[in-house]
Amino acid sequence: MPIPTSLSPSSGRLAALGLAAALLGLLGGCAGNAPPARDSATAQAEAPASTGPQQFRLANGLTVIVKPDHRAPTAVQMLWVRAGAYDEVDGTSGVAHVLEHMMFKGTAKLKPGEFSRQVALLGGRENAFTSYDHTGYYQQVPAGHLPDVMALESDRFAHNQWSDDEFAKELEVVKEERRMRTDDNPRALLREQLYAAAFVASPYHRPVVGWMGDLDSLQADDVRHFWQRWYVPANAALVVAGDVEPKQVLAWAEKTYGGIPARAVPERKPRPEPPQPGERRVQVKAPAEQAAVYLAFKVPRLTGVEPSPDNDDALALTVLSAVLDGYQGARLDRALTQGPDRVADAAGAGNGLVGRGPQLFMLSGVPAQGKTAAQVEAALRAQVKKIADEGVSAAELARVKTQWVASQVYERDSVMAQAQSLGSNWVQGLPLDADDRLIERLKTVTAAQVQAVAKKYFGDDQLTVATLLPQPRDPNWRPRKPPAGARLEDMH
Amino acid sequence: MKKIAACACLAWAGLGFLPQTAGLAQAATPIQHWTQPGGAQVYLVPSPGIPMLDVQLDFDAGDRRDPAAQAGLAGVTAMMAGKGVAAQGAAPALDENRLGEAWADLGASFGADAGTDRMSFRLRTLTDPALLKQAVALAARQIAAPSFPAEVWQRERQRLAASIREARTRPGTVAGIAYEHAVYGNHPYGFETTPETLAAISVQDMQRFYAGHVQPCRAKVSLVGAVTRPEADALVRELLAGLPAQAGCAPLPPVPEVQPLAAARQIDIPFQSAQAHVLIGQPGYPRSDPDHLALTLGNYILGGGGFVSRLTTQVREKRGLSYSVYSHFSPGLHAGAFTVSLQTRPDQAAEAVAVARQVLADFVAGGPTDAEVKAAQDNLVNGFPLLLDSNAKLLGNVANIAWNNLPLDYLDTWTARMQRITAADIKAAFTRKLDPQRMVTVVVGAQPAGG
Repeated sequence: MPIPTSLSPSSGRLAALGLAAALLGLLGGCAGNAPPARDSATAQAEAPASTGPQQFRLANGLTVIVKPDHRAPTAVQMLWVRAGAYDEVDGTSGVAHVLEHMMFKGTAKLKPGEFSRQVALLGGRENAFTSYDHTGYYQQVPAGHLPDVMALESDRFAHNQWSDDEFAKELEVVKEERRMRTDDNPRALLREQLYAAAFVASPYHRPVVGWMGDLDSLQADDVRHFWQRWYVPANAALVVAGDVEPKQVLAWAEKTYGGIPARAVPERKPRPEPPQPGERRVQVKAPAEQAAVYLAFKVPRLTGVEPSPDNDDALALTVLSAVLDGYQGARLDRALTQGPDRVADAAGAGNGLVGRGPQLFMLSGVPAQGKTAAQVEAALRAQVKKIADEGVSAAELARVKTQWVASQVYERDSVMAQAQSLGSNWVQGLPLDADDRLIERLKTVTAAQVQAVAKKYFGDDQLTVATLLPQPRDPNWRPRKPPAGARLEDMH
Repeated sequence: MKKIAACACLAWAGLGFLPQTAGLAQAATPIQHWTQPGGAQVYLVPSPGIPMLDVQLDFDAGDRRDPAAQAGLAGVTAMMAGKGVAAQGAAPALDENRLGEAWADLGASFGADAGTDRMSFRLRTLTDPALLKQAVALAARQIAAPSFPAEVWQRERQRLAASIREARTRPGTVAGIAYEHAVYGNHPYGFETTPETLAAISVQDMQRFYAGHVQPCRAKVSLVGAVTRPEADALVRELLAGLPAQAGCAPLPPVPEVQPLAAARQIDIPFQSAQAHVLIGQPGYPRSDPDHLALTLGNYILGGGGFVSRLTTQVREKRGLSYSVYSHFSPGLHAGAFTVSLQTRPDQAAEAVAVARQVLADFVAGGPTDAEVKAAQDNLVNGFPLLLDSNAKLLGNVANIAWNNLPLDYLDTWTARMQRITAADIKAAFTRKLDPQRMVTVVVGAQPAGG
């Protein structure tokens, strides 16, 4: 994806809550994070000489994480900002993502588009991603060009600058992105409505891409203000992985990012989600053939690698999701999508696990022909109840743990995946070695714990259900005759 | 459905033809190649850095071998090959769930799919000796004796038919179907998998298709991972050991070529959606065409190079008309399509089509500038190591070399050959391959421009 402006479905919550949250996706989303920096820029990085990651902190507060991997002469730079849709306020939803787009539109030194042209000349690939919890920018380059892209990235972090006219054009691009990803995608609309219903006070109430009405009234200065407020060194982490030496990367970081003045990270209002006093239901009517249903249960989030009641439950819920849906032939497959009287064409489960805000455990399904969303809903809940009543087998438990351990080895094949993991861990405030430690923690989860969380968190009151009601398109619909007058409305 | 989806991929797809080798070797990527007694051709790049192995087995059993009335046969055969294994000697039968559990218990994965040309089996496993042995043995059983259970096919057929009907409610699907019919005519590349063609497929058809194509003598096997050549040779033998040996290997029947379009064609489909979907193109060229590299480089400039392409600059950056706009070639054993794709607000469709056509016509008529060619070469040549910096990317490149019978030093000479291409070469190649006066234009969901 050479289009540098995606909302990242591949990182963080969006992916983890998808219909088919793969194990890797879950871990990727949950893994890593940034330890409170303990080293000064010049000081001792305590990591061993091997290929373990090392972490530093510049005097201006920027975190620097370096993961050497010398298999190939390439490197990836990722700049993670702990600011995403989660940091937006009513009326300017989508501004974090629009800013991500505008970061490609110039600096005091670079004209619009020049950033991408320079990265391209270096042989680089680049993109950026916005999620609820963070915004990230990356370039993959031949390792020798790492200092060049560090200079470019630090420049736009500190000096992003563009005209109102550039903003007006790019805002139309973002609206096209929303139309493509959400407005013409009934299941995305369903997810959007689910979040809006499940969260009332939490910023997760609003979609990352923003409401279309808010985009319509977004001003260039709204975007500039968001940048000024949140893009400060102490609110960002530079992650570099690949054929590099940590001390050298640190020296380059001092030279490029080090000159950015330190500023305080603004106060963050916690905006806690109030307790949910009872079940919520929403329906979405959209053109489709198949119904779909999402069930979202409020569950604890993991806030650290140390044992605690909530952390333990969060990990047990992730094991529960894998037992339900972690492999071909797992429980949801067998119970819902197989046999002569199967109720579903697809069924899935996923646990949010980590995030800056409250987390959800999601069950989802698409009814088989002749079956209803209500039947799928009942069947999904019955599978959780079965575990609450009867527990899980030792073989199931061992199986999902084996998969996680193997996935850690496979992840080492991709420097991108390693950088992604380190960056998202930093965003969540988790330590540098969070991935390994979480795997060790997952290995200790017992069948009794899985059964206990299946009993504890799946009642009616903490549940939000979103159902897609498929609508036929009007067979008599035809394009209207010009001139139609006002701008076209969106279809949904 | 796969072909439709292929229309939707974003721009890096344009680089798919690039070799991606292994970051493991920078100066040269030594690919070891040998032919086994049973006829299987093996391509190996040892990569000892991580205790894991990737294997890809390719067969000439892709969608192009589908009978017209059974479009989708290759794809569903590959899918159903993962739905159960018959009993073999002392080894008991495994149903789909036992199979899924067995792979999960190994921390490994194995599966098959069909592209337009190839049916591919992919194994990813750890190389811990005990695990590797079990993974190879299980994959070998699955290759040798898929059981193609009829009741599972009944179910999968229903699920596929439902998902096809669902997909047809989306403007992008409607556009893709119309486009492929128009570009490919009755060539197999244009066959549409429908509930009706699926209804015409039985498990016996799958068994026949499988037996007729998945044979050791037709296998191209690519391996990247922590194994030595003797280990690789032994495990490939084991993977294929359960397939019936063939005496000789009679050529498969030829598949006709894609016919060029006789005239331009505009297809407008009314549709009520938030965006209009636009596809513009025509048959392109087969992968064996000597212009391949020049067309690759040229398309980077025209519409494959992300933010810096002409199409992105004109359609997105200057006018804000589309989030995604790109062009790509899809060369295969036959002339896969050249396609320009974009989506835009319905009332902007006409403007976006006009801009895209103008960019395309200008490029074919005038070719790129020397500066554009230099910038594109800088990107592709400087970025070459990025195509090879993981086992997964390396495997894709090795399999590409194997499938297309490219020289073993293809990756080592690639940048030098790319550097030699001139603006004149690109212009000549585009003129030979594309004719903007004879293209298909599909527009789904347009509205007249508002007043």
